[in-house]
Amino acid sequence: MGLMDIQASTQTKATANGQRIVNNFAITAATRNGTGSQTSNNVLVLSLFKMGIPVNGKNLFPSNIKGLPTWYTIRANKHGYTARPAQAEIAVALNTDTAAEDIQKLPPGGVVIIPQEWNWTKSREDIVYYEIPVDPLVKEAGINPDLRERVANMVYVGAVAQLFDISLDIIWQALLQNFNGKEKPAKINFDMAKRAYEWTAQNIVKRDPYHFEPMPDNNKGKIIITGNESAALGSLFGGVTVVAWYPITPATSLADGILEYQHIRKAADGNTVAITQAEDEISAIGAIVGAGWAGARAMTSTSGPGISLMAEFTGLAYFAEIPCVIWDVTRIGPSTGMPTRTSQGDILFIHFLSHGDTRQIVLLPSSVAECFEFGWRAFDISEQFQTPVFVASDLDLGMNNWMSEPFAYPDQPINRGKMLDKAKLEQFIADHGEWYRYRDYDGDGVGYRTVPGTDHPRAAYFTRGTSHSDKAIYSERSEDWVQNLSRIQRKINSARNLLPQPIVDQDPAKKIGILSFGSNDPAILEGRDMLAAAGIQTNYMRVRALPLADSVAEFVRTHERVYVLENNFDGQLAQIVRMEMSESTEHMASVPLGDGLPMTAQWVFEQVSKREGK
Amino acid sequence: MPPKTNTLGLTREDYKGSKSTLCPGCGHDSISNQIISMAYDLGLNQHNLIKLSGIGCSSKTPAYFMGRAHAFNAVHGRMPSVATGATLANRNLLAIGVSGDGDTGSIGMGQFKHLVRRNVPMVYIIENNGVYGLTKGQFSATADSGQELKYYGRNELPPIDLALEAIIGGCTFVARSFSGDAKQVQTLLKAAMSHHGTAVVDIISPCVTFNNHETSSKSYDYGKQNEVALHEIDFMPSGYVPEREEITVGEYAEGEMISVTMHDGSVIRLKKVGPDHDPRNRAQAFQLLERAQMEQLFVTGLLYYEEPRPTLAESLYLTQTPLAQLGEEHLRPSRQVLDDIMKDYM
Repeated sequence: MGLMDIQASTQTKATANGQRIVNNFAITAATRNGTGSQTSNNVLVLSLFKMGIPVNGKNLFPSNIKGLPTWYTIRANKHGYTARPAQAEIAVALNTDTAAEDIQKLPPGGVVIIPQEWNWTKSREDIVYYEIPVDPLVKEAGINPDLRERVANMVYVGAVAQLFDISLDIIWQALLQNFNGKEKPAKINFDMAKRAYEWTAQNIVKRDPYHFEPMPDNNKGKIIITGNESAALGSLFGGVTVVAWYPITPATSLADGILEYQHIRKAADGNTVAITQAEDEISAIGAIVGAGWAGARAMTSTSGPGISLMAEFTGLAYFAEIPCVIWDVTRIGPSTGMPTRTSQGDILFIHFLSHGDTRQIVLLPSSVAECFEFGWRAFDISEQFQTPVFVASDLDLGMNNWMSEPFAYPDQPINRGKMLDKAKLEQFIADHGEWYRYRDYDGDGVGYRTVPGTDHPRAAYFTRGTSHSDKAIYSERSEDWVQNLSRIQRKINSARNLLPQPIVDQDPAKKIGILSFGSNDPAILEGRDMLAAAGIQTNYMRVRALPLADSVAEFVRTHERVYVLENNFDGQLAQIVRMEMSESTEHMASVPLGDGLPMTAQWVFEQVSKREGK
Repeated sequence: MPPKTNTLGLTREDYKGSKSTLCPGCGHDSISNQIISMAYDLGLNQHNLIKLSGIGCSSKTPAYFMGRAHAFNAVHGRMPSVATGATLANRNLLAIGVSGDGDTGSIGMGQFKHLVRRNVPMVYIIENNGVYGLTKGQFSATADSGQELKYYGRNELPPIDLALEAIIGGCTFVARSFSGDAKQVQTLLKAAMSHHGTAVVDIISPCVTFNNHETSSKSYDYGKQNEVALHEIDFMPSGYVPEREEITVGEYAEGEMISVTMHDGSVIRLKKVGPDHDPRNRAQAFQLLERAQMEQLFVTGLLYYEEPRPTLAESLYLTQTPLAQLGEEHLRPSRQVLDDIMKDYM
């Protein structure tokens, strides 16, 4: 595929010559928050998904329950690119507050769908206006006034379906899926969509080149799901037993997901997962530290402000060596920041979270499949290394719908690490003549632990965040302090090459390396294709965990130029790489984004090509 | 003569911890002693018992009793959340938390209130001396208004009554005692251990170094001279065989004897010795504590008791098996379950 072909997705120039643009454009629906547009958007995404078209939906929403503007961008791309498009070719303008701007943003040849009753002045001659009588259609439908506002958004679903070729049958299937098979709400919405579909067919003459065409079987066997739901499922398959959390955007739907699916873990006499909403994030982390200490697989989900509150406890857990899992579905900060905008701006903070010398393990999922995988794996890693494990997802990954292959069932049995029950403790003492909690018997820095309730007179030990000897006894001796912290440092360092390793696409002939992590992946994959089409060949390494694997430094070392692309303001991954490399990193450029929006391929292309002097 | 042993064949010595590093004469050490006696008398299994604390002088004490029990010295004021998690992880554990007036009444007030609201099953002991000891003598939030301290002058702020806070927060077992009243402390702790849910025991425990002077209402002398015990308390654990003739209510005048049967069949018997007070009446408990504050009355005993609500584990409908002990068959659903869920997203 050439550059021109790719650019067709963002620059429209085909209107006049009658060229058809098929399955390679984006629609942005501009509505008001709280008016039920999520159903409409979801139905459009599901419809395209069911047609076999690679699709991705991104919600740009305000921190507000009702009234403020919200935009939802649906990108269909036959090549499978799912990054946020730099521009949408079609605008559904249903919010008078933003309509002028929404229309202004359209590229030449773009399309706007707008309520007829607004009598909007058609000031642009280079776009197509389609006027739909939204209010009259809703009124004619005779819908219960209570539901009218919520159902009104189905008008644009019907219009879009008619204009760009989505069949009503597909819309019906999507509605059913959206409402979990409940026919009644599906029917009310469907009738509205159908009415608009028919009106459009009779009254609008299509004057644009955009078409959806089914790609039979292309999406067969694939799923579409949010990262937070995936993480919730992963956690349940990872054996989570205690969840303590506090509501915060964009992490709430992760805990909600566990609640929704906890039935898959139900035992005959009750729940095997305790889910408790704490009074704040300090309490949430305290509860999972207590639970982890007592032998549960415990987790919390939060975002940046919650992470700040958890700093003290995570230091305790690090130092007292207590397993627990903390999901940070990152939004943009500092402070309250933009609560509904995405970011990768917490990795530096969580990697070193808490006072003193701490270095926390962080997993960096890039896809819904990795949200699932790291969801279960995080517990194994946490118990293996007896330390908190952070998983840094983000708002874009967590809250938006992504296509994926179905998740792979865990390929390893649950690993509870070096845990001694009564019999094992008995054997351990028989073998070693002793057992001390923080003594390094295996040379890997990881001690053996017991949990409360172990029926053995020597099972108990004293857990504290204060300095202690390897016998878990309070000690203010510097030797004990240094020995203990050195062991913990050795333990964490040993994790580098055992954690999920970077994914690399590398050809030794190529001199330019791109380093990144997380949900930038789709933008980078597409951006690299654009760069390649422009003659810039790149290798790519996607980091999946902190502390960094040794191969990261090797990747930086072996390239003439390296670009670290990430979605935060300060270039945090680049900082971590520099911190860990003793040799010069002058050939490595930090290229941070950090504007609150998911990375686009266009941005990747521009940033790298600019620096490459092209 | 062999040493005396309890029902588990253990001596009192077996319930001790390491040597205290608190100031000689500290009220907290006598409370630790009563915890040891209580556990020995009740024949508690230490392996099934967890000791938790926050930060402060009081929070050091779990090291000084029951050395065979698991312990967790947490962060300042946040022990309640650790206890919440630990008791969810293993609902069979018996939990004893030791906190202070700074740890509970200031930095930990939020967690304290939410602990009792959730009815986390544990005995929550507050070793209350009105002063920050480890940081050398600042006022705590339970210090009396008008009280003076050497370095900090006069306290102009009203005290927080932690027993009152517990009752307001929904606690179903609230007691107050005085570390100088060993018998009462021990009896209240025994009853608290039988309680189904959070039992708060606020024990005035003098700080001999910073707050044991004559203007302090939390000094030994003040306590000894002013303690007004509400009742003489008897506690008969479940299955207890009385060695002496059982006292019957009939021997006492109406209102002078209150008998409370606890969730596990244990019985608390209260014989009136002080002001009229029925601890089963919430409004009376409020009035009593209000009056105590107005009149500077140091009332001790069982302040409030009600039929316990479900514990947190019960209100979450948890399986009876401790979550920490679930095997892979309960922790990981089958491949088929995953496949079925995947189909819902196709």
